[in-house]
Amino acid sequence: MLSYLAAEPHAVTAAADGVVHSTAWLMIAYPLAGAAVLLLGGRRTNAWGHWLAVAMSLAAFVWAALSLVQLLGLDPAERSRSVHVYEWLTAGSLTIDINLLIDPLSITFALLITGVGSLIHIYSVGYMAEDPGRRRFFGYLNLFVAAMLVLVLADNFVLLFLGWEGVGLASYLLIGFWQHKPSAAVAAKKAFLINRVGDMGLLIAIMLMFGTFGTLAYAPVFASADAAGSAVTTVIGLLLLLGACGKSAQLPLQAWLLDAMEGPTPVSALIHAATMVTAGVYLIVRSGPIFEAAPTAQLVVTIVGAATLLAGAVIGCAKDDIKKALAGSTMSQIGYMTLAAGLGPIGYAAAIAHLVTHGFFKAGLFLGAGSVMHGMNDEVDMRRYGGLRTAMPVTFATFGIGYLAIIGFPFLSGWWTKEGIIEAAFASGGVTGQVLGWAALLGAGLTAFYMSRVMFMTFFGERRWAADAHPHESPRSMTLPMVVLAVGSVALGAVLVYGYRFALFLEPAVGAAEHHEFSLATLLTSWTSLTALAFMVAGVAFAWVRYARAPVPRTAPRGSFVTVAARNELYGNTLNEELFMRPGQALTAAAVSFDEKVVDGVVDGVARGVRDSSEGLRRMQTGFARSYALSMLFGAAVVVALLGVNLV
Amino acid sequence: MDPMNYIVLAAIVFTIGAVGVLVRRNAIIVFMCVELMLNACNLAFVSFARMHGNIEGQVIAFFVMVVAAAEVVVGLAIIMQVFRTRRSASVDDANLLRH
Repeated sequence: MLSYLAAEPHAVTAAADGVVHSTAWLMIAYPLAGAAVLLLGGRRTNAWGHWLAVAMSLAAFVWAALSLVQLLGLDPAERSRSVHVYEWLTAGSLTIDINLLIDPLSITFALLITGVGSLIHIYSVGYMAEDPGRRRFFGYLNLFVAAMLVLVLADNFVLLFLGWEGVGLASYLLIGFWQHKPSAAVAAKKAFLINRVGDMGLLIAIMLMFGTFGTLAYAPVFASADAAGSAVTTVIGLLLLLGACGKSAQLPLQAWLLDAMEGPTPVSALIHAATMVTAGVYLIVRSGPIFEAAPTAQLVVTIVGAATLLAGAVIGCAKDDIKKALAGSTMSQIGYMTLAAGLGPIGYAAAIAHLVTHGFFKAGLFLGAGSVMHGMNDEVDMRRYGGLRTAMPVTFATFGIGYLAIIGFPFLSGWWTKEGIIEAAFASGGVTGQVLGWAALLGAGLTAFYMSRVMFMTFFGERRWAADAHPHESPRSMTLPMVVLAVGSVALGAVLVYGYRFALFLEPAVGAAEHHEFSLATLLTSWTSLTALAFMVAGVAFAWVRYARAPVPRTAPRGSFVTVAARNELYGNTLNEELFMRPGQALTAAAVSFDEKVVDGVVDGVARGVRDSSEGLRRMQTGFARSYALSMLFGAAVVVALLGVNLV
Repeated sequence: MDPMNYIVLAAIVFTIGAVGVLVRRNAIIVFMCVELMLNACNLAFVSFARMHGNIEGQVIAFFVMVVAAAEVVVGLAIIMQVFRTRRSASVDDANLLRH
């Protein structure tokens, strides 16, 4: 059983434990303060606001790094600690504390968020230099970092939900950052609405948990998950999965992610590739004990992951918009993580390791795409690129490294972590394990194909530029983060996976799994690794034949029905429209006509009845005073008569 | 004398007043008929006081007189104003508040 279930997280006191953990709330406070200053300070902060945002993000990163150092200095058994900040609310038996959970999992996320976040802040200084709304942009970015930190550092589900909604808000604001573009405004609304569906699932799951366990703090909930019975945990697990699907763009709530590319490219890199969309994976891994008590829910998680990893890859193969191709890839890679997270303890470390390395190489790829767009007058159509490797050498090199990492080129980050997932899938055993493993392998081949397609169409081949394009390398503030991310894309995988270092580090948070003796030779010569390599080579070769050797047409050919389907995002939007939007519209129309005809009919009918009868009554006001006197006399006579009857 | 006679007289006077209010058009006459009715009431009050041997009826008669005096002042003023603006004291002509 999981080691951490036995003990509550250790409470931290300032005196005993130094100041970094006990003041962990500062990690959140820095970017939050930055956002407040930028958003409330108005035009006064235009000149220096972006540097303040960068500084606040870096400060949070430093605090996260110090927390890691302090965590590493502790005995592994003590590496899960709860820091009390504030008692938020008390109602009857429910007490919600603002407690921060410092454990290897949350600190990993905090480092990823603040690290990649800071790099993207720096990149945005150059990327958004000409944008009149730059201050607002940085305010939102800081707000996002703060909300995401709340999400991962929370030690109860209510605080997690606060962060969850916060990142949703930041995502909405940033997708619709260029709100003068109708497409961006619509995309933001779409993302927000689809996320609400998932959020509803999470919210109901939280209510169910409170109803079942009587508390919402992680430790007691997870400790009693086993005893709750598999029916309840299955329902909670499926609802949590629904929440995760919304945030992480997994089937069936995937439709918003490709449209979310309407936001500025740094946003796509930070929120819609590296951090926020991985929140679903975080939720599943964090709620591990619930899923472990509900094998059905776990199975559904793996199925959703496998289906999404293939669907995303197929979509990525057909998109000509460079950012949408990368977005399909993001869906697909998060599908890998979800699959691994659904496998239980053997998959958690693999999922999170892939999440971290993916954060690096995907952010690098997106920043590279942004750099290309920056040099090409914001052109996104890859059929208008070609031969950019000489014009933008740094971008080419960093993008190339990210490319090699994501396709699983041996010894780069993606190879280590994707290997882990494929292995875990096969190791989970049975027919399911075989199916999931082969899906993951097939996905690896597809990944190699679509990423090579992006690479070849963008940087190789003939120049298909628009007449007024003068591609140039981006400024230093943009290339520097790309270089750092490229270094991470190369080295991080080996650092994390070699000797199961990361898995052992995560153990206090996600529970122990069995590890064989680590051996590079077995890893290199295992049949899964060799098959993955073969699939990768096949994918690259096929892409080379299609997009490097053969000329790329400037307008997209019609393509087979598979291509057309992939280009239409596998009809996900059509499905949503037919299944939800049109019936929804019909329902609203019916409700409107019910309101107008029936409800208003009753109200209007009563009013008309009163009016008509009073019209009749008005006729009695003849203006003939003597007739009034007569009726008064009659009235008085009647009263007297009644009194007389009574008296007798 | 039997106090009942006064009651009958009061009833007769009240009826004269009520019929006058209903059939006459001249506001002054109507007004006087209202006074007749009030005084018929007073007479009835006093007679009943006498019959029952207590004082309340007489007290109320005084109140009615006071109120009637005030009413005469206000009523006559209204009739004067109506006559000045409309050149008529007929109650049938004053019908501005018709439906």
